[in-house]
Parts: sequence; C-alpha cells; structure tokens
Amino acid sequence: MKILVPVKQVPDTATQVKIGADPKGIDTAGITWIVSPYDEYALEEALRIKEKQGQGEVVAVTVGPERAKEALRSCLAMGADRALHLSDPAWENADSLTVARALAAVIKQEAPPLVLFGRQAIDDDMGAMPAQVADLLGWPCASWIMEETISEDGKSVRAGRQVEGALEIFTIPLPCVLSAQKGLNEPRYPTLKGIMGAKKKEIKDVKAADLGLAADGAQLLVVALEALPPRPPGRIIPGEPAEAVKELVRSLREDAKAI
Amino acid sequence: MQIELSEEQQMIQALAREFAEKEVKPVAALLDAEARFPHETVKRMGELGLMGIAVPEAYGGSGADTVAYVLALEEIAKACASHAVIMSVNNSLYCDPVLKYGTDEQRKKFLAPFASGQQIGCFALTEPQAGSDATNQHTLAVRDGDGYVLNGRKVFVTNGREAAVALVFAQTDPAKAHRGISAFLIERGTPGFLVPKVEDKLGIRASDTAEFVFEECRVRAANRLGEEGMGFKIAMGTLDGGRIGIAAQALGIAAGAFDLSVAYAKERKSFGVPIAQHQMVQWMLADMATAIEAARLLIWRAAALKDAGRPFGPEASMAKLFASEMAMKATTDAIQVHGGYGYIKEYQVERYFRDAKITQIYEGTSQIQKLIIARHVLGAR
Repeated sequence: MKILVPVKQVPDTATQVKIGADPKGIDTAGITWIVSPYDEYALEEALRIKEKQGQGEVVAVTVGPERAKEALRSCLAMGADRALHLSDPAWENADSLTVARALAAVIKQEAPPLVLFGRQAIDDDMGAMPAQVADLLGWPCASWIMEETISEDGKSVRAGRQVEGALEIFTIPLPCVLSAQKGLNEPRYPTLKGIMGAKKKEIKDVKAADLGLAADGAQLLVVALEALPPRPPGRIIPGEPAEAVKELVRSLREDAKAI
Repeated sequence: MQIELSEEQQMIQALAREFAEKEVKPVAALLDAEARFPHETVKRMGELGLMGIAVPEAYGGSGADTVAYVLALEEIAKACASHAVIMSVNNSLYCDPVLKYGTDEQRKKFLAPFASGQQIGCFALTEPQAGSDATNQHTLAVRDGDGYVLNGRKVFVTNGREAAVALVFAQTDPAKAHRGISAFLIERGTPGFLVPKVEDKLGIRASDTAEFVFEECRVRAANRLGEEGMGFKIAMGTLDGGRIGIAAQALGIAAGAFDLSVAYAKERKSFGVPIAQHQMVQWMLADMATAIEAARLLIWRAAALKDAGRPFGPEASMAKLFASEMAMKATTDAIQVHGGYGYIKEYQVERYFRDAKITQIYEGTSQIQKLIIARHVLGAR
C-alpha cells in the first residue's frame, strides 16, 4: 500500500524563539531545524504498516524552502522510500489553505489510499492541515489517532482517536486522511545505514505548475508577531501571618480582581 | 580551508547525540555504581550501526567514515565513557584490523557479526610485563601441524569478558623479537582460553576489563590474522587508529563535564549572584571551552587524514595526548566549579573525573605519545 506522509520542518523544541527584524516572522539565525515531532509518529506508523504488509511504499512530502530538504532526508534515513519537495515562490509565506491546496494536488497525482499527518506542526500549532486537505479531497479524516489497523482487504481502516478519557473508534473507508497523536508509537532512530543510504533515494522537486496550480493570494495574512509581555515579578507580603493574609485577600480582591 | 561536516556526518552526530541523551545518559550513573556491563544499550548501539561505523556495508558495517566515528563517539562519551570505550574497542581495535588484514573468509566470519554489533570483539596485546614495552611479549604460539598452541597471559583486556572473539598477539618466533610476533583471532570457548579475572576499576566501571590465560590453547592456522611475524605491525597500526577513538572519548568526557559545569554555574548562587558571574569561574569555563575546541580540531584532522588514506600516526598521537591531558584538567576544573557538590556522586561530575584518568593511560600512555611525536618531529622514524 502506498502511504503519503506530509511533514513540516520546524525549529527544534529547545529553540528560544525570537521575533525577526521583519516582525511578521521569527529570527531564523542559528536555529536547528527538525522534523516536527508529531510528523515522526505519522512516518513511524506508515513504516510499520509497510513492514507489517511486507510491501508498499512510504512517500514523504513537504512544502517549504530549500532547507526543508534536510527534513525529507531525515525521513528517508528513517526508512521512507522517496520524497517530494514542493518548493515554489508561489508557496512562500503561504497560508494554510494554500499549503493544503498544494498537498491535495500532489495527493491527487500520487493517489495513495492513505495519508498520514502529524496532528499539528509544533511551530505555529495551527493543526489545520489534515482536515483542510481531507476536505479539499473529499476524503474522510480522523484526527489525533492513538491506534490504527488496516482491514485485511485493504479497503478500510479502524482507527482509535483520543477523546477525553476514552478512545473513539471509527471504521473509515479508504482512501482517507489520519493524523497522529503522541502515543501512537515510539518513532525509531534512523540507523547509520539508513543515513548513508538516504542520499541514494529520490527527492523530487515539484513546482506549482507541475500540479497545475496558479499562485493565488493567501486568505490569511500574518500582520505581526508580538512577544509575550514579560511576567511581572512576584510580590512578597511581609508581616505577621494574620495581618499578611488580610493584605493578601485585599490585594487579590482589589488589585488583581481575582476573587 | 573549510571545516564543514557532510550532511551524513551531521545526521550521524545528531543521531548519536539523541541516542546518548535519551538512552545512555539516564543509565550511566547506576551502571557505574554497580560496575555493570550495559548489554541492552550496547545491543541497541549495534542495531543502529554504531559498532562498525567505518566498515563497509558488505561486511556488516555502516559504510560511513572515521570522521563520523569520532563524532558519534564524542556524543556517546558525553553521556557515558564506558559505552564509549566498548564502542571504540570494537570499532577501532577489532573491526579495523580484521577489515584491513583479514582474508575474505576471515572477514565474513570474524567481521560481519561484529561490525553489525551482534557480537563484540576485543584486543589482547598487554601482558603483566609488557604494557608500554609492548615488544616484550611472553605469550608463545608454537606451530603444531595445521595450527598453533598458545601459552601465556594477557591483562587489561577491554571488552574481555563479553567478547566473542579476541584478537590476540603472541610470539611465534622469539628469536626475531618483535618481528616474531603474530596475531590470532581466538574464539571464546576455545579449550585452554580462560578468563580468570575481571578488574575492579577507578573509572569506566561499566566496561569490563579482563585477564586472559592461555593454557595449551590450540588455534587453527586459518585463525591467524596476517602473515607470521606481522603481528607487531598490525598492533601498532591498529593502535594508531584506536588513539583517534580514545581521543574522541576523552573529548566527550571533557565536553560532558563542561556542559554540567555551565549549567551548574548558571544556577548556583554565591554572594548574591549566579557563580557564572564570578570572573574566577568564567576563567575556568573559558579555558575549558577553548581546550575542548582545540582537542576537537586535532581529532577531526587525524580522522580526516585517515579517511583520505594519508599517514595519520603522529597526528593521532597528538590528538590523543592533547585530548586526554585536556580531559583530566577539564574534569578536575569541572569539580572545582561545582565546589563541594562536585565531590558528591549525586552531581555526576566526579564520574567524568574518574573516567578521564584512563584516557591518559590506555592505547599508549601520554609518555608513549610524546615519544612517538618526538620521533616524528626529529625524523628518527
């Protein structure tokens, strides 16, 4: 079974994010880029399905600048068979709908029965992509899945998605879109052989014209990023406990208006 | 001039860093306290391809290079020096010579399972009377029909208890002195191959250091590595490569202790400010950082020379000498930055200090490295 795994290259989780000189974006100097962790769950699950079935193909795809190839190379090192790099001036600063249209177009071309996303990218945490892509394709979608089993006839998938305190189980006809929640699996490390072999695997460049897409204006524009205001320092109320508590209650009521 | 790691090298470094951080670091202190060999993590290192990094894929290895090897080794040593030496010995002192000097048949049998990490190998050169004086081999291998009979003792064999095969050096022609030394691949369980003792050590306590005794131990001629009399050359050539590994281990130990020191200096307060704001502490941290970078560059150069197929012996000695002396100094200062807490096991930095010491001794003491370097600069070789 062919499985397509869209991934996004994001700043490492340990990054101290700073707003850039152009306040619409972040300062990318010195950032270590990684594959968004939820996407790794999706890729791991795709690789496990392929291994379980003993055949198939796992295709990693990303929309992003030239450096995003590193993310695809990581996916290839982990075991993806080939990769598609959607890179075009038309997609620079694209909003989620534009990216979703690009992904939907490439999914139509590749025609995989299953698309596995991470539940959201950890940079902007929009989490819009799985549902948007499914909607554009007219495919069913289950988000935040914790487990999945493809039916023996390969026509449906039984997926359990996380809801408050329980698993909600769906049987979904293929083709469909799933998005992975943490806990779906434990992603493997790439092996050294995988790393050394990644360069021999194909990363195909795809332009907007290859997908028959014209540059259409973004529906969503980032106006500016603002840093969170610094946390005001705490206040220590001195004095005898009985007096201090009175002052605390007064302050909570009148200054903070918390009670 | 450019110092730029390839994309593969960077990925291998990142993998080793993540594996060390997540899988090795959490178990390092307990393994050290219990002097317990880390079977589970070493097996996983094998599966990832860390046990035969520069061995071609055709022989079970990862098909990467020496630079990738030192990058990975530094990361593993940052978390645990014991894991690093287990890895270094298998890569440098076992797989490397079997690849270089083995016949195709020997490579299949004695290399593939070791480069892929299913089994580990070891290197037995040192004897009670032959440490730095390695030419003074007393272990005898006497030709007998289609094989040899070995008698003698080997000491301080890293991986000795766990290894499935030992690369053992013995005199086949004592009259020729070191030109009469030969190398043998001897399987554990061979009758007459005994492991009577495992040492209790100051550092690298999770790695095992064993004594071997050979009593009328019969070895087939097919187990001889290289020609008769080539043993000393094999041993010395192998140690040149091994020294790059030990240098990388020392670098990792220093870098690990440095990271702990920086974190502690930012957190610990004295005289109302974090101690990182005191110039005396900054001085130590700056010295450590500089020495660590210098060692790293020496190591990378030696590794790159080896990968390019160029002579690298003196450069490997310089890297090993500098990195191991630097590691001892850096870990001493790391304890100093921690003050009294540095002396307490809970803070872990004392383990780095204990682990650093051996890097000045094994695979050629600092004094032997100086001898090699002096011979090289004086053109006496």
